Parts: sequence; structure tokens; C-alpha cells
Amino acid sequence: MATNSIKIRAQLKDGVTTVKALMTHPMETGARKDSDGKMIPAHFIQEVTCESGGRKLLTAYWSGGVSKNPYLSFKFNGGKAGEMLKLAWMDNKGESASAEAEIK
Amino acid sequence: MMNIRRRILLQGSLTAAALSAAAGAGLLVPGRVLAAWPEKAFKMKTMPEMLKELLGAEAAEESGDINIKAPDIAENGSVVPITVTSGIAGSESISLIAVNNPAPLVASYELGEGTEGFVSTRIKMGKSGDVVAVVKAGGKLYSARKEVKVTIGGCGG
Repeated sequence: MATNSIKIRAQLKDGVTTVKALMTHPMETGARKDSDGKMIPAHFIQEVTCESGGRKLLTAYWSGGVSKNPYLSFKFNGGKAGEMLKLAWMDNKGESASAEAEIK
Repeated sequence: MMNIRRRILLQGSLTAAALSAAAGAGLLVPGRVLAAWPEKAFKMKTMPEMLKELLGAEAAEESGDINIKAPDIAENGSVVPITVTSGIAGSESISLIAVNNPAPLVASYELGEGTEGFVSTRIKMGKSGDVVAVVKAGGKLYSARKEVKVTIGGCGG
């Protein structure tokens, strides 16, 4: 899939930054069959990392049990407005994508 | 022309040789390209062995400080929104397990320093069953569960 898009937003309120991200990915478990009865090979994001200012905020390990076009949200302390936040993923085929957002 | 090809060929075989040497030394285990991705735990079927493999302890103590927000009835099992909030101080990780899924361990989140005990995501559920959230804090495991009834399973075709 060539169009690996990530939508990401980081909002600061009362010292807590809330990150919301939406990734485009088929998230195939490898246990599904197509209309011809052939197995669809597994294709899912295995690892998502999120960091800001050299600080590792979150590492997510996923299976094919996470829904298609995955949504992820988490919160962290100590973020500052104007700082950049980077989110990156890698899937079981070695494909990867990343995106940055400014903390607002 | 011949020479250039020969160079490329030589380079190619050198890389291949280096790679197989690395694989032989156990540096590159096929299927574990991502060193940290806990493949074994994702393939395990029962909670104790899964938790042992993933988090280092078999048993998790039930805790009222973990809140799972999930629908009582999910009409579509392929998209079940789950939000876990942990009020346990020093929460290091949050793992999500859909007990009745063919691959029960769905996701595991390692929380960095300063990251709150909170994750929200959407998971697939093959059929009705409990969603278990396991939180690791101070080397101990804590858990909470919530039953979700699924009208249409999300793992079939």
C-alpha cells in the first residue's frame, strides 16, 4: 500500500498533552479469506512509536487484532506548546511510515 | 559492461554471505526483524503463559483502579472502541487481551516516563467475550475485565 497516511493531533490542556492518531492500514490478520476462498496474507502494523523532544512517550506492539485503519490515543505530561511530536509505525512486511505534529 | 555486472554480482554475493553469517550467529532471526515485537506472546492462547512471556509474571491481581470503557454490545466486531484508564501509580504498560479471539493478545503499550495510564484504540473481536486490560506497575501485574457482546464477529470474511 503506497498511500501510508497518518493523521495526528497533539493538544495541550492543563499541562497534559492528548495525542490522537489515525493511520491508514489494512490490518489483515492472515486468517481471512477473499471472495475466491484464498487466504489473504497477514499484513498489519507491529510497532508504533511516539516521541517528542528526544523522549520516548509510547511504544505500541500490535497484532492483526487491531482494527483496520487503526486509531490510537494517549496522554502525557510535560509537553510544551510548539514542540514537535513524531509518530512512526512499522508493519510485518517491513513497510513503515511516520508523521509529525506540533503540540498545540 | 561485463565488468560492471561482475562488480554488482560480487557485491551482491558478499552482502548475502554477510547476511547468512549474521543469521547463523543468531543476530538475524527470520520473522523477528523487529527485535522488540513479542511474537511468541502474540501467538499464545492462554492468559498465564502470555503474561509470563510478555510481562514476566503469570498472575495479575484484579484492580478497581483500572477502568475499561467499551460498549456493552458491539454491533460490529471488526471495530470495537476500547479505552483503558489506569489509576495505578507508576503504570509502565497496558496490554489488551480479547479472551475469545483466535489470537487473544491484541495490543501491548509501553508507557514512557510522564505518559499517563491511558490508551484508547479500536480492536477486532471474533465473538462475545471479556476484554481484559493488564497493567504493569512496579513489577506487579494488575487487571480488569469487561464483557462485550458482539452481534457480528469481526474476524471472519
